[in-house]
Amino acid sequence: MDVPIIELSAVEKSFGPVEVLKGVNLRAYSGKVTALVGDNGAGKSTLVKGLAGVQPFDAGVITFAGEPVALHTPRAAAALGIEVVYQDLALCENLDIVQNMFLGREETSAGTMDEGVMERQASETLQSLSVRTVKSVRQKVSSLSGGQRQTVAIARSVLKNAKVVILDEPTAALGVAQTEQVLNLVRRLADSGVAVIIISHNLVDVFKVADYISVLYLGQMVASLETKDTNSEDVVGYITGIKKFEGTHA
Amino acid sequence: MTSTPATPPPTIGSGHEGSARAQIVDYFRAIRQGEMGALPAIGGFIVLVILFTFLSSSFLTPLNLANLLTQSATLMMLAMALVFVILLGEIDLSAGVTSGVTASIFVVLVHNSHVPWQLSLIVAFGVGIAIGTFIGFFVARVGIPSFVVTLGLFLGFQGLQLLIIGTGGAYRIETPEIAAIMNSNLPILTGWIFFAVAILLALSISLWDRARRSKAGVLNRPIVLMWGRLAAITVAGALFVALMSVDRAASRGTLNGVEIKHDAIEGVPIVVPIAVAILWIGTFVLDRTRYGRHLYAVGGNAEAARRAGIKVAAIRLSAFVVCSGLAVVAGLFDASRIGVVTASSGGQIVLSGVAAAVVGGVSLFGGRGRLIHAAIGALVIAVISNGLGLLGLPAGVNFLVTGGVLILAATIDALSRKRAGGSILR
Repeated sequence: MDVPIIELSAVEKSFGPVEVLKGVNLRAYSGKVTALVGDNGAGKSTLVKGLAGVQPFDAGVITFAGEPVALHTPRAAAALGIEVVYQDLALCENLDIVQNMFLGREETSAGTMDEGVMERQASETLQSLSVRTVKSVRQKVSSLSGGQRQTVAIARSVLKNAKVVILDEPTAALGVAQTEQVLNLVRRLADSGVAVIIISHNLVDVFKVADYISVLYLGQMVASLETKDTNSEDVVGYITGIKKFEGTHA
Repeated sequence: MTSTPATPPPTIGSGHEGSARAQIVDYFRAIRQGEMGALPAIGGFIVLVILFTFLSSSFLTPLNLANLLTQSATLMMLAMALVFVILLGEIDLSAGVTSGVTASIFVVLVHNSHVPWQLSLIVAFGVGIAIGTFIGFFVARVGIPSFVVTLGLFLGFQGLQLLIIGTGGAYRIETPEIAAIMNSNLPILTGWIFFAVAILLALSISLWDRARRSKAGVLNRPIVLMWGRLAAITVAGALFVALMSVDRAASRGTLNGVEIKHDAIEGVPIVVPIAVAILWIGTFVLDRTRYGRHLYAVGGNAEAARRAGIKVAAIRLSAFVVCSGLAVVAGLFDASRIGVVTASSGGQIVLSGVAAAVVGGVSLFGGRGRLIHAAIGALVIAVISNGLGLLGLPAGVNFLVTGGVLILAATIDALSRKRAGGSILR
């Protein structure tokens, strides 16, 4: 087994007296999709916020490519190449695709924005993800569908050499065809060598796209499995706490 | 997984490909989809000009056109100032009184304290920037809605101005440099030189843009479009400068068959290059710098901007500083045109400034609009009052028509967006 690009060991997080994460272990591998599943309140969002450096963990060890690291700020996470695509996409509807992808990190030359360089890089990133659904990179985001917006948000996250991309419920608001597009995109993202962590409530999607499944139950990682070794029924059992996982965590 | 098709993925366009004809077709498609920008205002302006030309023989004369420009310059400057805060979805109701207060400070310093006018000007701008910082602090850091903060200043500064000027007081502008802004004209040759420099600047920036895009390896639009656009600007500008170069002094009649005239009035009014320069610099900052992009981003979705690492509070604060700073310019324009500063200078103009921005196509919800929109909107409002004034209609009619035009402009914008299926909010 390869070295995981990112590994959490026994991370804990409390909000006052409420222990949300009670010693969670998580691994994600480059080129693989790891699904993070669990019921509402299991601690998925808290785990993601810790990984993004937005709400640092209280205790535990984080190793990145084998090295122990600290994730105390969003900047530290971004510097390592950890990017999060949140559920509410955080795009500016009044700007176009290129402008959104480069927001906050515009390329400049001679003190002014270099639109040509940004346009080329945005096109290349979208093409490397085999995106075929957008007609022009200069379309305003307000004219895009939900699936296309998700595509732009994901492309934005991988624009600058991302190593780990965390997707929070990327298909929650999408129709059937658009869900399919986004799942294909997630797969291509992983195939390009990025470690993808995907949070989803939809087990059909999870089984379609994930290589590994990690199940959170009341702040503990109750199961980490390879998708090919398990089935939907077992995973539902772990999520609801009816079933106990026995065996080595993948 | 689905198997990948054998053909390579088609390249994603950028809207720059295709012939000139295809580009023009695309442009009209975008308009039909609700991206009207300033077009309704430009259309309205043309209709009004044609209408008043037929109704009044003195409307389309060089003298009246020069008047129209000086009448609209204050409103234009104030509307451009407001664009910076309106782009964020904020409002500055105190922009008008800020222009009044700073003009008062300027004139009182020059008059009563005999401070050199240059130094007084610096003080006036300093006060303007301080006012902007004050508003920005309360809006961006304390979190009070800008409507409330600036309404408070709107009320308070009317009192401050009364204290500075004194009840019923009025100070004449006796600084020739300030009086010249609205009342003097460039020598004819200087006007043409200014025009040539502006065209050369526009040309070199267009060419620089194309060179940069080529270097980055992305497509440029067909060059004929660039030449067409520049040619249109050149023709319109040359026509304007030529009109302004005609002696527009009124005839005093004839004496023994010889026409007696006033001294010649000819040349481009000095306010024009100042306003054009501010418009151009502001547009350059908004379109081409990271600061400008971040301003639009905060106006479009502040949360997205924050997550992208943009310092949202700093952007908000800066917008109010720019707005108040440009309001000082508007105050000087007004003082120059009227010739006096009174306790009520600048008190009523701010809502007309907001109206000008909206008529021109700037969205009060933030994130959409350009400086040129505000300038065109101000021209529309100025042409209404100028034209109705020439027809000898009472001032009440002027207010009614202006209000009607504002609602009409907002309706056209909302309907075009609704028809395109987009959100009415943006």
